[in-house]
This record gives sequence, structure tokens and C-alpha cells, in this order.
Amino acid sequence: MSSSSDSELTVGKPHERPRSHAGAGVRLAAAPPKMRSVNLNFYYGAFQALHDISLDFHTNRITALIGPSGCGKSTFLRTLNRIHETVRHTRVEGRILLDSEDIFQVETTTLRRRIGMVFQKSNPFPKSIADNVAYGPRVNGVRRKTDVEEVVERSLRRAALWEEVKDKLRESAYALSGGQQQRLCIARALAVDPEVLLLDEPCSALDPIATAKIEDLLFDLKDQCTIVIVTHNMQQAARVADYTGFFLLGRLVEFNTTEVIFKTPARKETEDYITGRFG
Amino acid sequence: MSLRNRWRKFLNVFMLAMTGVCAVAAVSILFLILGYLAWNGWRSLDWNFFTRLPKPPGELGGGMANAIVGSAQIVLLATLIGAPVGFFGGVYLSEFGGRGFSFVVRYVADLLNGVPSIVIGILAWTVVVVPLHRFSALAGALALGLMLIPITMRQTEQFLRDVPQSMREGALALGASKWKMIATVVVPAAMRGIATGMILGVARIAGETAPLLFTSLNNQFWSSGWNQPTASLPVMIFSHAIAPYEDWHRQAWAAGLVLLLLVLLANVAARFILSRGISAQRGYL
Ligand SMILES: Nc1ncnc2c1ncn2[C@@H]1O[C@H](COP(=O)(O)OP(=O)(O)OP(=O)(O)O)[C@@H](O)[C@H]1O
Ligand SMILES: [Mg+2]
Repeated sequence: MSSSSDSELTVGKPHERPRSHAGAGVRLAAAPPKMRSVNLNFYYGAFQALHDISLDFHTNRITALIGPSGCGKSTFLRTLNRIHETVRHTRVEGRILLDSEDIFQVETTTLRRRIGMVFQKSNPFPKSIADNVAYGPRVNGVRRKTDVEEVVERSLRRAALWEEVKDKLRESAYALSGGQQQRLCIARALAVDPEVLLLDEPCSALDPIATAKIEDLLFDLKDQCTIVIVTHNMQQAARVADYTGFFLLGRLVEFNTTEVIFKTPARKETEDYITGRFG
Repeated sequence: MSLRNRWRKFLNVFMLAMTGVCAVAAVSILFLILGYLAWNGWRSLDWNFFTRLPKPPGELGGGMANAIVGSAQIVLLATLIGAPVGFFGGVYLSEFGGRGFSFVVRYVADLLNGVPSIVIGILAWTVVVVPLHRFSALAGALALGLMLIPITMRQTEQFLRDVPQSMREGALALGASKWKMIATVVVPAAMRGIATGMILGVARIAGETAPLLFTSLNNQFWSSGWNQPTASLPVMIFSHAIAPYEDWHRQAWAAGLVLLLLVLLANVAARFILSRGISAQRGYL
């Protein structure tokens, strides 16, 4: 895919959306979507948290999920790598495809190696900084000390943390500040070179400088992976995302290119939310 | 000041005084016991206590070297029996347990914890002493090991449960299998707590007398093997304290002090481990 995201934004539109509220556009994206969610319902016990979500995540593109608190963004993200299965009494209906393969047919360990995740609350392990980053490569069989050290440095550099921690790699990750811990979790997820990266509000604890670095990172990463980012920050969604989905009360209200969502949304709820008139 | 305010103030002072008095009472009883034991024990303790065998009744001097070694043997073997079973049982309860079976296991463990230790002794006597026709260190260790299982199991479970769910999700999200996640993240995160609990559990069984009375029995000499009657500090204290010889009473005090110091040492070690903080988990390997 050589077309820049800008040129695509002006003319393109995601193809084959089951739920399209946007005006007509020219179908450009030729590559099949990296991931697809098809008629997804999600239940916590008797409570239905997601209703009939159908949406495509395009290869090497950034998709932002926005919406008010409690609308199901995290829940949706957590089904994409099946981490929701650690929560009891959860149930999923519908299908999720990764490269047109049903993720519920794939071994979870294999699946999660391919789909990395940065959680809403940063969760470093009670280990050293280096051991945190090295965790993924190690469980995936990287043993050679030099290999491990190399991947640790590379991942920390990419997460814009290397300069701050390079002299204290062996110290506890808990000695880092909240924002540094969040970047450590990003580095940890990057260390396994995921094909898809799920980020749940990765910048909520970061200052503008670190946020800008993470956003730069996301642009760089686009070449290698497909990114899904949940954010409460409208400017951030507008800045980084190629596509944006707006969630409300467990439903996907609107999904389109970021340009369309932010400039000419088809639905009133979307416009109200984006312009801050939501309430 | 209104009546109401005065009443409130009085109630405050009164409650403070009440709780304070009770706290002081509890602590002073403990210190009385410890002080009395330390005083009598210290007067009776000498180097011979650690190096000599007990003397026959009537002769002065001697020590309890065999009982110190015997206690160590029995407690060590008991730990080897009880700690692994308790540990893995705790891992099961915390990480794998569903509803029904776990409930039963937990309930039985709590029951076992409450069973009078002499009953556990009778059990070990029935399954080891009777078939083998002899009292043995093995039987004593089995009795103590059985006591250790529910203690370590419930403590391990508790400390594992205290590890936040987000740790587990973090490890699983990186492609770790469940076993790998437990072994590399959850257990290490809880390890200090688990180790502390084990030390305290071992300290607790080390002082038990009743389960040893008719399992490892006692021995005035060095025990010649795991399948022989073996001396231990608690049983020595018991037998010496009820004997009518002045010098044996002296020895019993000394043994009591040594046992107390060992348990105290275990407690301090446990606290030290628990307070070392996160730095204990440093290391880049
Ligand atoms: N473990 C759970 N058990 C039961 N209900 C849950 C659970 N987690 C979330 N929910 C419910 O599911 C709905 C969606 O929650 P979710 O965490 O996905 O929202 P969100 O969009 O990520 O919100 P936020 O922006 O605040 O993070 C909420 O109504 C929430 O109460
Ligand atoms: Mg959320």
C-alpha cells in the first residue's frame, strides 16, 4: 500500500461497511481488512454491553474508537484479543476475523502474540524495567542474552522511554512515574512485534510531550502493524487516526474515515459528541 | 459547652481508656510469660545444652543436642511433605478453582486447620506407627506435615489472590500460556508473602508437642534413623518438666527458651522478607 493516508482520506472510504451512514465515496482500499468484527454481541452475565458491532480494521491503518465513558470501547477492544475470557460469565456472539480466520478457532497464545495490547490502566509486572520489556520475547522463546538486550533497547526507544531509563534497566518498574509506566507497557507490547496493536487510552497519563512522541510512534508503526486506539481526546483521534468509530451505549453509531467523522458526520449524536454538545 | 458535646467528649475518653487498658493487658501477659521464660531459661542455659546428650536421672549436667537435631530433622521432613502440597493446592484454589470442588477443598482445609493436633498425632500413629511396629521420626514428620498443609494452602491462596487481575491479563496478552503466566508473573509477585507464610507455618508446627507424643516419641540418645524414635525439643520439654528432678526442670527451661528464640528468629526473618519491598524482585537475567 503506497498511497499516503492523506490522499486516501480525501477520496477514500472503507469498503463493505455493513453499517454505513456516510455519504458516497470512492472505494480505494484494495487490501482486505486486517481484522473484521461481524455482528458482534457481548454480554457480561445478563447485561448486554455490545450490540451488533460490525466494523473493519484496515491493514496498516490507525482506527480510533471514541465515545462517552461506559459505552463499551474497552469491552470491544478486549474481545479483539480474547482477553475478555479472563472475566467470568462473559459471552460473545458473532464473529471476529483476523486475516479472514476466525479468532475463536485460534489458540489464544498464538492469537495474542499476533495481537498486542496496551491496557487502560498501566500494569507493569513487579519486575525490573528490562524484564518487563523482555517478558514477551522470552515467553515466545527468545533466549540469547544479546538478542534480549537488543529487543529491550529497541522497544524502549520506540516507546520514547529509552533515554529516561537506560541507566536503570535493572531497577523495579514500580520506581517509574505513572506516565513512564504507561510507556513501559507500550514498549512491552511492541517487543513481540505484533501484527495488530490495541491501545486503550494509552496517553491518558501522559504529558503533551510524551503524548506527541507516542503519536509519532504510531505513525512510524503503521508500516508494520494495524493499530486500534481508544481515546477520549478528540484532537488525538483527529490527528492520528485514518478511520474513526463512534460508540454510544454499546452500539457503533457511526464509522467512517476520520475526515468524514470530524467534518461531515452523518449522525446527529456523532456531531454532538465531537463538538462537545453531548449530554 | 452543651451537654451533648460533653457527653461525646466523655465517651471518647472513656472508649480510648477502655481499649488502651485491654491492649496493655494483652501485651503485659505476653511479656510476663516471655520474661519468666527468658529469666529461667537464661539461668539454665549453658554450652553443654547444645553439645551434650541428656544425662540419666539423678546425674547433673548434660544437654539436649539430640533433641535440637531431632527437631530440625522432623520439621525439615514435615516441611518437605506439607509445603509443596499446600503450595500447589493454594495455586489450584486461587488460579484454577471453579465453584463446587474448590469450595469443598477450602472448607476441608479450614476444618483440618481446626482439628486438635493430638488427633492428627493419632492419625499418624495409626497409619505409620502401627503398621511399622515402631515409633519414628517419619511418623512425627507426617503428623506435622499434615498440619502444615492447610496452613500453607490457605495462605498461598490468599497471597495469590492479592495479585491484581491486571497482572494476569498483562502476561496473557503477551502470548503467555496460563501456566507460564502463573509461574513467571503471579507466583513471583506473591512469593514474598508465600515465603513469609511458610516460615510462620513452619515455626508454628515446630512448637507442637501433642502430635509427636506417640509418633516420634522421645529418645535419650542420638536417633539412629528416620524409622527410629527421635528426640525433639517440645517432647523433651514435656518429659523433663513432669519429671521429679530439679536438674531436669532446669534443662526444660533452657529448652523452652531455645525453642522460643528459634520461633522468634523465624518471625523476624519472615518480617524481614516481607518488608524488603519490591527491591527483592530486582534482577535482570
Ligand atoms: N467486568 C464487568 N462486569 C460487568 N459489567 C462490566 C464489566 N466491565 C464493564 N462493564 C460494563 O460494560 C459497559 C462498557 O464498559 P467499558 O469498560 O467497555 O466502557 P468504556 O467505553 O471503555 O468506558 P471508559 O471510557 O470509561 O473506559 C459499562 O456499562 C460497564 O459498566
Ligand atoms: Mg475503557
